[in-house]
Amino acid sequence: MKLNPIQRRRLLFILLIIIAVALATALALYALQQNINLFYNSSQIAAGQAPLNHELRLGGMVQANSVKRMPHSLAVNFIVRDNAKSVRVSYVGILPDLFREGQAVVVEGKLTVQGVVQADQVLAKHDEKYMPAILK
Amino acid sequence: MLPEIGHFALILAFCFALAQAIIPFVGSYRNAIFSIQLAKPLAHGQLLFILISIACLLYAFMSNDFSVQYVAENSNTDLPLPYKIAALWGAHEGSILLWIAILSLWTNAVAFFSRAIPLVFLARILSLLGILSAGFLLFLLTTSNPFVRFLPNIPAQGVDLNPLLQDPGLAIHPPMLYMGYVGFAVVFAFAVVALLNGRLDATWARWMRPWTIAAWSFLTAGITLGSWWAYRELGWGGWWFWDPVENAAFLPWLMGTALMHSLIVAEKRSLFKSWTILLAIATFSLSLLGTFLVRSGVLISVHAFASDPSRGAFLLQFLVIVIGAALLLYAVRAPGIRGGSYFSLLSRETFLLINNVLLVIIMATILLGTLYPLILDALNLGKISVGPPYFNAVFIPLMIPLLVLMGIGPLSYWREMTMLMLIKRLWLPFIGAILLTVILLYVSTGKLPGAVAMGILLATWIMVSTLQLLIDQLIKRKNISFVRHILGMFLAHLGVAVCVIGITLTSYYKVERDIKMSIGDTLPVGPYHFQFISVNNLQGANYQGVDAVFTVAKTNKIISVLHAEKRIYTAQQTALTEAAIDAGVFRDLYIALGEPLSNNTWSVRIYYKPFVRWIWFGGILMVLGGIAAITNKNKSAVKKYE
Repeated sequence: MKLNPIQRRRLLFILLIIIAVALATALALYALQQNINLFYNSSQIAAGQAPLNHELRLGGMVQANSVKRMPHSLAVNFIVRDNAKSVRVSYVGILPDLFREGQAVVVEGKLTVQGVVQADQVLAKHDEKYMPAILK
Repeated sequence: MLPEIGHFALILAFCFALAQAIIPFVGSYRNAIFSIQLAKPLAHGQLLFILISIACLLYAFMSNDFSVQYVAENSNTDLPLPYKIAALWGAHEGSILLWIAILSLWTNAVAFFSRAIPLVFLARILSLLGILSAGFLLFLLTTSNPFVRFLPNIPAQGVDLNPLLQDPGLAIHPPMLYMGYVGFAVVFAFAVVALLNGRLDATWARWMRPWTIAAWSFLTAGITLGSWWAYRELGWGGWWFWDPVENAAFLPWLMGTALMHSLIVAEKRSLFKSWTILLAIATFSLSLLGTFLVRSGVLISVHAFASDPSRGAFLLQFLVIVIGAALLLYAVRAPGIRGGSYFSLLSRETFLLINNVLLVIIMATILLGTLYPLILDALNLGKISVGPPYFNAVFIPLMIPLLVLMGIGPLSYWREMTMLMLIKRLWLPFIGAILLTVILLYVSTGKLPGAVAMGILLATWIMVSTLQLLIDQLIKRKNISFVRHILGMFLAHLGVAVCVIGITLTSYYKVERDIKMSIGDTLPVGPYHFQFISVNNLQGANYQGVDAVFTVAKTNKIISVLHAEKRIYTAQQTALTEAAIDAGVFRDLYIALGEPLSNNTWSVRIYYKPFVRWIWFGGILMVLGGIAAITNKNKSAVKKYE
């Protein structure tokens, strides 16, 4: 089949767009696969349902009187729980303004072999009505 | 009494919007001159009643009328006056009212500035805007009425405005953002009327362009302000979080950028016509999607407080109807709208096409990352979150070709050119950019790290090649007046380059230290020595707190005294970190208090952020570019330049 110049141009454009879209899709899917954080509550983690050493999110309440600070650094340990089970969390850094015992938090981090969540980031609720949906 | 008048004015505004949606539209198909002429007065009337309603709500805020639930939940007698005004749009109901008011302002602006458009078409455009306005007024009246009363037990004191929102950045950020979001409604109306008329000619594209650029400029300003606000107020010194709500504003921005560029081709070359219409529909659809995401309560974030399911359901239905109807019309009518002229593979048309394809792909990947967790959650397939690593991983590689093309596109010719012509124009800026990057980076730091070199090279490439265009034209034309025709593009592209420099340098060279400090301690960060001097008590109008004093010294000379605050807002007992920032063109020094660990010891964040301000300077330049492009009205000269 012989293509005239306009058809050839159009074909080239379509090929170009298909290649671009395919590359972008591959990139997006790969990135998505690497960077999805699954969300767990403390009962699921306590029951061993969460993968080890993989980025995850833990939602729950900070247990009363569980926040322990280390004397010479910014390291802090606390316990996150729901109405059944609890999980220990350790974190080095500054806790958010709205972090308090008895309040809802979301912890981002990795679960270690000892069953402790090593947090990279701790998020506290933004307003009075906020509650992780998982706790409802 | 006044709140009831405000409520009543809203109902009247709804009636006007309904009339504006129907009468001129039907009239325009029956050649009923009187009905067509009604379009403008109806738009004016609608605006009048919306303004009356806003005045009533404003008065309720100023007079501390806590019998109005919205006022009671978002104000307080101690709230400073400017924030009482800003509280008007500080939560859901008021911000929807603001949305509607801005839509009405845009509608009236179209009525005022579009004398050149035949009245029949103008009537249809105003009718379409009337439909949108009626929809949102119905939403406000049925699910989010700001005038609902707390009766009979009127609270003695209000709950107070969310402390995070008590910042000058907030006062102007939402109106700017909404001006952008809603401005695309005008572009949408133009596009739909073009479909109804069955054609999109160069004149129509020329009419659409200023509205698109105006909406885009406001959106740019809104996003820039939002980023600056987050940096100041959220207490961890970030300027972009890939938060779903930020994405909700960024998605229409990307589409609007694509639309601005494709409109140039539609106007100058009568090409990409149905594509342009599709982009216009997509841009506004993303604005509506953004409104839905923020206002329906599907997201948990600083911005999204609403959690009433009926609101989400209403907005979703409205969104589906508007977008669905527009796309249906597009499917029926678009095949009839064709562009006719030829362009070769190597031409400015091609570069603009690639620009559009890339922007659409970038938008799609961000949309995917934003909606994916919501869709999984809605289908009960599990809870996940998609964080910044995903967005950085897809956004940065897709931006690089776009930035490379930004240096080529403006220097290319319409219709066709040879590779030799292109190389002739590009070799000088190319070498210039490489030399400049090496000089700037290697000479100043002695190193050439890959990621930084890439960012700086791309930025200098855009700058130098745009400058080359300017110089070329100056030599060729020997007069300076034509400069205003490319001034808009020049400033906007320069803004992107400045923004890229800011992002690259601040991401790579920033120093962030979270540390425990006692009074008297010193921390060296780069060439700076931060010393913790004292902690004093603080008493504000509606908050108490502590004020930590730090000095910053460089080569044994104190260059700055910084006051980092930790505030407790009295009404809700919420804590807020007020960061202390020593701002500079080339670097920011940033201190935020963490929490008290013992009497004289605090956890402290100390950041050194080089070039962070360039990110927002870039945004300002882009807005200036938009303004320059709109105000350039010298049409005859445009022809000469062609």
